[in-house]
Amino acid sequence: MTNEEIKEYITAHAPEAIFDETGEWLNIAVESNHLKPLAAVLHGQPMQMDYLFCLTCVDYKTHLTMVYHLTSSTNRNINIVLKANVDRADPVIETVCDIWRTAEMLEREVFEMFGVEFLHHPDLRKLILEEDFKGYPLRKDFEDPINMIKL
Amino acid sequence: MLSLESITKTTQDWLLAKFSPQIALTIECVIVILLAITLFAVLGLVLVLLERKVAARIQIRLGPNRVGPGGIFQTAADTLKLIMKEGLTPDTADKFLFNLAPFVVMMVAMLLLAPIAFAKNFQIWDINIGVLYISSISSLSVIGILMAGWASNNKYSLLGAMRSGAQIVSYELSAGFAVLTIVVLTGSLQISEIVASQENGWWLFKGHIPVVIAFVLYIIAVTAETNRAPFDLAEAESELTAGFHTEYSGMKFALFFLAEYINIFIVCTIGATLFLGGWMPLHIGHWEGFNHIMDFIPSSVWFMGKTFFLIFLIMWFRWTFPRLRVDQLLNLEWKYLLPISLFNLLLVTVIAIMGWHF
Amino acid sequence: MYNQTEIIKDTTNLGPEGELVVNMGPQHPATHGVLHLVVTLNGETIKKIEPHLGYIHRSIEKMCESLTYRQFIYVTSRMDYLSSHINNTACALLVEKGMQIEVPERAKVVRTILNELTRIASHELWIGAMAMDLGAFTPFFYAFREREMITDIMEETCGARLTMNYIVPGGLMYDIHPDFQTKVKAFVKQFKEKVTEYEDLVTGNVIFQSRTKGVGVLTAEDAISYGCSGPVARASGVSCDIRKIAPYDAYDRVEFDEIVETAGDSFARYIVRVKEMNQSIHIIEQLIDNIPEGDFVGKTKNVLKLAKGEFYQRVETARGELGVYIVSEGGTTPYRIKFRSPGFSNLSVLDHIAKGSKIGDLMATMGTLDLVIPDIDR
Repeated sequence: MTNEEIKEYITAHAPEAIFDETGEWLNIAVESNHLKPLAAVLHGQPMQMDYLFCLTCVDYKTHLTMVYHLTSSTNRNINIVLKANVDRADPVIETVCDIWRTAEMLEREVFEMFGVEFLHHPDLRKLILEEDFKGYPLRKDFEDPINMIKL
Repeated sequence: MLSLESITKTTQDWLLAKFSPQIALTIECVIVILLAITLFAVLGLVLVLLERKVAARIQIRLGPNRVGPGGIFQTAADTLKLIMKEGLTPDTADKFLFNLAPFVVMMVAMLLLAPIAFAKNFQIWDINIGVLYISSISSLSVIGILMAGWASNNKYSLLGAMRSGAQIVSYELSAGFAVLTIVVLTGSLQISEIVASQENGWWLFKGHIPVVIAFVLYIIAVTAETNRAPFDLAEAESELTAGFHTEYSGMKFALFFLAEYINIFIVCTIGATLFLGGWMPLHIGHWEGFNHIMDFIPSSVWFMGKTFFLIFLIMWFRWTFPRLRVDQLLNLEWKYLLPISLFNLLLVTVIAIMGWHF
Repeated sequence: MYNQTEIIKDTTNLGPEGELVVNMGPQHPATHGVLHLVVTLNGETIKKIEPHLGYIHRSIEKMCESLTYRQFIYVTSRMDYLSSHINNTACALLVEKGMQIEVPERAKVVRTILNELTRIASHELWIGAMAMDLGAFTPFFYAFREREMITDIMEETCGARLTMNYIVPGGLMYDIHPDFQTKVKAFVKQFKEKVTEYEDLVTGNVIFQSRTKGVGVLTAEDAISYGCSGPVARASGVSCDIRKIAPYDAYDRVEFDEIVETAGDSFARYIVRVKEMNQSIHIIEQLIDNIPEGDFVGKTKNVLKLAKGEFYQRVETARGELGVYIVSEGGTTPYRIKFRSPGFSNLSVLDHIAKGSKIGDLMATMGTLDLVIPDIDR
């Protein structure tokens, strides 16, 4: 499948998707509430993007961006980067852990590091930080006077 | 030639000449207790060092080599360290049982020493049910382990103790049946008679293949009974940190440690007595010349040689095999070893009745 | 503290059905570091495993946001300390990709050799530790005998035995030691002779096989869904070797097989790693005599600046697929960096495959997942 075909296929399912081909891989940006349906479409036939190898979040100060790196286990040369902006003040997005099981742990990490709330996540608790930790360490405005991280 | 027999005889004659029989007996008892404790201490030191050296040899390294020549004082130094350490008792532990457990384990090991013939006519108590006595007392050690596991109030200890209980109770059967094969052949439970019956050859050689099978079963079963690898599930340190003795420290831990080695020593002495003729030198039928030369080696050397050979065998297992899983361990006993033991016993009985053995 | 599984202090208060909740770790002989597993047991049977992480979290991702592109590589050595060369390679490759730095052939070949040596060293340690988890102590020392030779080679060339920091953007920090080639050849020779010893001691052992065969079975679908990579996924029949999918350095010019087993159990994972060591030796043999002459580092600017954009670099570490994701705003430091660590995904599958088995099986399963905790925590 070439990038053009992928774009065509995705546009058919998510007309508002914005494509970006400047990077190494095809980037697809969608609204946060359209992410879950699109993810399900990508996971199913014929795309079969069944391997979520990286899930993370980026803090752009004005908004947070969820980034999903997808590939297909049958054709590892197709790589897609799925992106969705979420509101910084009230970051909420649908979980994808029922599509890719690996997302369960990765979303827990994003939850504690960025404060993104994943709806319908089965077990959204802190994974790494202690339970009473305040703040979201990987956000850009995070300041910790005791454990200074800035070098 | 200076033998242990003459020493004991001289001592007794001297005591009887000096004191009344009652007092002489009391003094003898004190001497025996002191000797037993000394033996324990020395055995602990020697066996731990031996184990470490054997392990090092197998694992292409040197082992202890700093304290004393060749590291021979290493275990003495370790013991000193253990004595100086604080023996902690956890807050939530059942203090009485917790402190009692190491002594129960130790006591059982000590009691087992009584009927063992260390050399010709050198035996503390030649009881006529010697083998039965050993079987019954050795099953008591599980009580000490269960006690330790339960009283520690630690989940790892509890798991270790439960495993140990299941394991020792199961493997007792195989060990018992292996011992019985020799009893059937000898027709006696007395240790001295069992040894005497092997004057013209050890049972391992006289008894055909069934006795060899019984010997192998015995070695497997006692390895399990003494909680040694590959059956060291009770203290499987990668699973249960240290199993039933997780909470023990200092000298109380050392007692468990010592009891483990004493138990190995004792099961090996019993194995040597039953299958390898105890203190009896290697005699082959009617080769008078050969038998005579063999008699020149003191009986105590024969006995210790055989025992330490078996101990080495058990150590060799430990440093070669991975550990079994708990269900595999019980499967091995109940599905394989026990049926084989029963059938083997039947075979031996037939051999004994028909007089087919040499 | 934890709302689902509390760390129970009072043992008299057991679970609803008499379940036993055991805190395995952070200090436990088999968790290799500071992994904390809250294991719910019913007798000897595992009902649930819940990992609690963070005991060795050093917030490397946050730290890297204030380190320059030359500096941040050194931090990555501390992530998966057993594959520090490969971690360094990933970061160097990413910076090279972002700045279009030309890497000399010599550096590429040496990097590949070092990466494969690292892989062997890591698998050697794993074999030893894994056998130890199963209660066999001796293989540990046999494995370390060969690993020691690798660490000696590393020490001579890189100056360090564990956290090498030898690979920099553009090539290598220094040229290789003059003895490098002879030493590596001596290692290859010894390894080929001695590898049969592990086979005798471990692979053929009946107890070892009965402890690992059919234990912790991971199906191919689960391996994909859980994002497993490296030997864990390959043992389940998922082809996922980054060295084949997206060759980097000199991997495109060497010939090697991707080891794929189909059983998916602990024994398959063991076999995959043992065979992988042989493949690594095969790669080293092809390259060691053909290290091209020339520069060991390419021309780079003094201050490295990545163009604005996003970069992703994948490499195959000893544990699986390591991904480095950098969002650059055009400055001298990354705006956001994310390490996709193989151990994190491999750990997430533990509960799924160890549920319902015995405690002893947990050790076999966990051992064969080859978890390195600093890699998971980052």
